[in-house]
Amino acid sequence: MQTVFSIGVDAFAYGMVLFVISIGLSVTMGLMRVVNLAHGAFAMIGGYIASYAARDLGLAYAVAVMLAIAGTILIAIPVERLLYRRIYGQSELTQVLMTIGITFCIIGIANYVFGPTLKTIPAPDALRQPISLGFRTVSAHRLFVIACGTAVALGLWYFIERTAFGVKMRAAVDNAAMAAALGVRTEVVYAVSFAVAVGLAAFGGVVGAELLPIEPYYALRYMVTFLVVVSVGGAGSIPGALAACLLLGAIDTTGRYLMPEFGEFFFYLAVIAIVWLFPRGLAGRAE
Amino acid sequence: MLSGSDTLSVTGDRRARLTRDAIGVLVILALGIAGYFLFPNNLALLTRITAIALLVLSLDLVTGYCGVATLGHAALFGAGAYGAAIAAAHFGIADPIAMLAVGIIAGSIAGLVSGVVVLRAHGLPQLVLSIAIIHLAHEAANKASGWTGGSDGLAGIMPDAVFGLWQFDLWGRTAYVFGIVLLIVVFVLLRQIVRSPFGMLCRGIRQDPVRIRAMGGSVHGTLVRMYIISGAVAGAGGALNAISTQVVGLDSLSFTLSAEAMVMLVLGGTGSLYGALIGTLAFLWFEDVVSAANPFHWLTIVGALLIAVVLFAPKGLYGSLASYFEHRGRKNP
Repeated sequence: MQTVFSIGVDAFAYGMVLFVISIGLSVTMGLMRVVNLAHGAFAMIGGYIASYAARDLGLAYAVAVMLAIAGTILIAIPVERLLYRRIYGQSELTQVLMTIGITFCIIGIANYVFGPTLKTIPAPDALRQPISLGFRTVSAHRLFVIACGTAVALGLWYFIERTAFGVKMRAAVDNAAMAAALGVRTEVVYAVSFAVAVGLAAFGGVVGAELLPIEPYYALRYMVTFLVVVSVGGAGSIPGALAACLLLGAIDTTGRYLMPEFGEFFFYLAVIAIVWLFPRGLAGRAE
Repeated sequence: MLSGSDTLSVTGDRRARLTRDAIGVLVILALGIAGYFLFPNNLALLTRITAIALLVLSLDLVTGYCGVATLGHAALFGAGAYGAAIAAAHFGIADPIAMLAVGIIAGSIAGLVSGVVVLRAHGLPQLVLSIAIIHLAHEAANKASGWTGGSDGLAGIMPDAVFGLWQFDLWGRTAYVFGIVLLIVVFVLLRQIVRSPFGMLCRGIRQDPVRIRAMGGSVHGTLVRMYIISGAVAGAGGALNAISTQVVGLDSLSFTLSAEAMVMLVLGGTGSLYGALIGTLAFLWFEDVVSAANPFHWLTIVGALLIAVVLFAPKGLYGSLASYFEHRGRKNP
């Protein structure tokens, strides 16, 4: 029972981290139709900045998180302007090549600047203690992660479904040319969405650093995981992404707990099975 | 992208085509001989380039000719390598031709399986399936260490002499000649295949699958068949690698190898067999030079190279050169 409970909490927390990181990828992929393999690299940059701020500069955790988000967006803006702009609307192969090239570059640079070792982000004391729920004790960090994921999901839902900007964004997702013809400035929509997506990636990278440790190959190691979430959930769908994250988080965590020697074997098997059964994603729409 | 010049050659004179193929074979042969005499101490590297060239050719068949984007093609190469190595190490099949045959069969089977899986979806899910396949194959080979040697690699491959005449020597001369001959045979066969009605059908599918289906062609069946052919070619490359290095490691089933093969193909130019060969040669030669100078920045440079190719030479080296000469030829007839 104890095992089932801790697997459940870990799986939930892991799924939420996946959600926070990949929801931005899902939104931009639904909006701009770019297969962005470099999304994990932005989460990694966020983790590195937070680690540098909190560990080397000794800043508070909250400040480090803010710095990580702001810094990653600042780094991502020129990348979007100079590189991503040119691959919007191009063939899939071109997008894959460009974004995997960006990923390789970021890995190489991170390895050069920060070295190949694991980076930790020291959490405040409040997050390190276990919290008693009456019948069980849970790590406060896990609860914090779950709370963050829930907040992001609700906030995004409100942002997309209830604000004027969200309406423009959904219009651009459905038909960019028509939205532009009706006076929606799609470049602004694209730029803001890209910034939000990168910011969320950085936030997820920092918050989830305990579950997905920050190291130079982060971007490659979890790339497939983030892409799987999007393709399983269906690009641009928040409920789809949430369901996919929780499902994949559960499969991966259970596999690790019960059969650690098989590593990621079951995870990839499950991925193939799920994509095989739902080639358009859980919540995907026919094109 | 390149189909313009190739389509012309189909409608054009048969003799001109054969002449062009003969020139292509002669160029490969000349480069092979030049390599043998210019770099006698580097034959192992040249043999590896030959083996990887087979992998990139095979990737070109599905990506360049059929338009299937895959980042898991090393699974086919690794299947061939492990097939040949397991046949030699566990079953005592030491004849290199037989090992090659086992590698080709293993590669074809891997091609069939991954083709059926990858072709199930389109777009991003297709890419995800291909990445999942290579990771799954890597994990499986790592776990089945009784057969594959796990992360230590599978050693103890002792190929016999080729046809009982040419023993594999310490300098890798026999392996090199074996590889070049294999490459030329495969190249000639593939030229025939991509020009055949079947090859044209594949190119048609890349350009417009809906139309091919409307014309009564079987899109899925054709692509799966091309995947099997591609698997055979990649398997041959894997077997060549196993025979020449006499050890097979997990790196032959890695995502990195898949991604690098894609980089080589795009660097050379997709949709042309020459592009695949040129891309492999350029990339691996460049890798050898740069990683000798500074191995740490290799990944950064590969990334920058990719970005540069996408921005400045989207047709690849061969494609850009070919369209340049075509352009010039049209100006001065």
